[in-house]
Amino acid sequence: MAPKFEKAKAIEKEHVVVDGIDVSGHWNRMFEQRVITEYTPELIEKIADLPNAESFANCYQCAKCVAVCPVDVVGNYGPRKLYRYAQTGMDLTEAPELWLCTTCANCLRVCPKEVNMVKIMPAVREQAILEGKFVPAELQQAFENTAKSGNPLGQPQRKRDAWIQNAGVPIPIIKDLGRPVDVLWYVGSYPSYHPRGIDAASAAARIFTALGIDFAILGKEEKDDADSQRLAGEKGLFEMMTEYNIETFNKYEWKELVVTGPHELNAFKNVYPKYGFERPVVHYTTFLARYLDQLKPLLKHPVNKKITYHDPCYLGRHNGEYEAPRKLLEAIPGVELVEMGRNRENGYCCGGGGGGMWMDSFTAKHTTMRLSEKRAMEAASTGANVLAVACPFEVSRFEDAVKSTGNEHVGVLDILELLDKSMRGE
Amino acid sequence: MNIVVAIKHIPSIADDLPVKGNNVDFDSVDFVLNEFDEQSIEQAVLVKEAVGGTVTVVGVDVIGELDNVLHLALAKGADKAVKITGDDPAADSHQQAKWLAEAIKGLSPNIVFAGVQASNDLDGQIGPMIAAYLDMPYIGGVSSVEVSDHTATVNKEFAGGFGAKYSVSLPMVVGVQAASKPPRYAPISKVRQVAQMATIEKVAPSGGVSSGLSFKKMAPPVVTGHAEMIGGSSKEVAAKIVELLKSKGLA
Ligand code: SF4
Ligand code: SF4
Repeated sequence: MAPKFEKAKAIEKEHVVVDGIDVSGHWNRMFEQRVITEYTPELIEKIADLPNAESFANCYQCAKCVAVCPVDVVGNYGPRKLYRYAQTGMDLTEAPELWLCTTCANCLRVCPKEVNMVKIMPAVREQAILEGKFVPAELQQAFENTAKSGNPLGQPQRKRDAWIQNAGVPIPIIKDLGRPVDVLWYVGSYPSYHPRGIDAASAAARIFTALGIDFAILGKEEKDDADSQRLAGEKGLFEMMTEYNIETFNKYEWKELVVTGPHELNAFKNVYPKYGFERPVVHYTTFLARYLDQLKPLLKHPVNKKITYHDPCYLGRHNGEYEAPRKLLEAIPGVELVEMGRNRENGYCCGGGGGGMWMDSFTAKHTTMRLSEKRAMEAASTGANVLAVACPFEVSRFEDAVKSTGNEHVGVLDILELLDKSMRGE
Repeated sequence: MNIVVAIKHIPSIADDLPVKGNNVDFDSVDFVLNEFDEQSIEQAVLVKEAVGGTVTVVGVDVIGELDNVLHLALAKGADKAVKITGDDPAADSHQQAKWLAEAIKGLSPNIVFAGVQASNDLDGQIGPMIAAYLDMPYIGGVSSVEVSDHTATVNKEFAGGFGAKYSVSLPMVVGVQAASKPPRYAPISKVRQVAQMATIEKVAPSGGVSSGLSFKKMAPPVVTGHAEMIGGSSKEVAAKIVELLKSKGLA
């Protein structure tokens, strides 16, 4: 796009007199307009005009965000840069940059102007999708799978509860139970279908059972939360799933909804209220931390490992839970917990959020390495031999990453699996 | 340009196929749009976008759930949707081709698209049979279509990576292997909008035919052999493969 404004005039003056006072000095370049006026604001306005993307225009280029953006560590990114690119001619709705943000919210944490990528990205992506602009093929597949099969993996709905056969404990389905329960456990898509997710789900079932919790699952009635699809721009898909899920949740009597995944927590707790669903929702780490006193005597077998914990963006920054996962890990005998440099509020994103889970090949073309690989290297650098996680997206991501970065000696385990190991002594 | 797409709603093979009696247990299987029909819808919309006209999508509603598929096609750019109330999941491709041909006849199409095959076909004959009923030429295995005036230029694929360009005069029936571009994504908000506003024309099935085949028995394939996983370093694996090829007289 051709610049709308004339090139700025020479901006340094030898002598400057303001209100009769001679203020000449080497700093006097401040008395003229900056060269920024050479650029047109049109493409910034195009973004900021979209509902929910208004804050894009707030940026005053301080660059605090770039320092904490996980994508910038493996590439060239951050809200400041996106603003600048838009200023110099990039239409974000058709640029590959549109798909790189993981909505991890670390920039929002430090931005003095509250430029909010967690809102901007879904809005601009939705626009791009509606206009039929480029959408990464892998992401499109995940959308189609969710719409057709009720889960992004494209697995049959009928098999959603097939995993319970091998969990080693009976897992009641709420429909068959025919009575109210204390806890409705929303298992989630990856824990229901992905082999490593099933390991965590089975561990959770055994822990709940050992604690004597009155729980049930939805079984074949459970469908994906689609929160990451929403953040990736498919709001219509999210709304379709939301209507179904709320109706299904409300069919049964239960006191609390416990979720395996932070993305589900975010959907049900922070977004569903806008759709009329306001019932107690809690992540399994928060839930189990309440049972620490009952849990500790069950953790009989030491797990002699040096463990570092990865804060999932959607459990930590988005939902403020940093302590419960650490308390659970510290309760396991034999565990030595070490922290990575980037932890808690400044935790480094695994790359799976905001639809990144389904864009690995696309992202790889625009970054020097995967975010999960960067994080796996950071985990290994602590000397830990286990990377503990609390999000079902992460086990498979990090297992690939420790392998591809030559850190196979670091095991990747969900906190649920570690608790279960200590309980059963494997 | 009057463009018609004949589609098929078929049992999903993403799941193990349940068998009941001597056919698929249709009650416990999901139905999906034939994947080649996704390609042929895309190709039809691309042709419309290039030369103008209307795209009408026609399918047999075998289990009463075809509306979802038709809404998706409309959201992707089709203009009209017709469902034939066949209501028989066991209707074979010969029967469906007859019903489709009867429904399409009245639409006086310039060009008819059909997926080149479907996973529940015996013979991939829906396209050719529709062509025969409509007395039009058929060309299958097609990977791109361009229309100008009364002629279409199509790329047809042959085995072994060969292809050929044909010039065919319209009207004709095309068996689509792949559209010239990957099928577009229809945002769900658009599909839902379409679902609320669209009207789907219902047509009663007309004409009974049969392939003349009857099923004696249907069963999942019996697993006999098994794959051998060769482990070790890449050098060890390569050495083993060479050894195996030699022992079988292949190298
Ligand atoms: S921190 Fe905020 S204001 Fe500063 S450059 Fe980044 S987006 Fe702009
Ligand atoms: S949300 Fe995270 S990934 Fe996106 S721009 Fe901000 S810091 Fe970078």
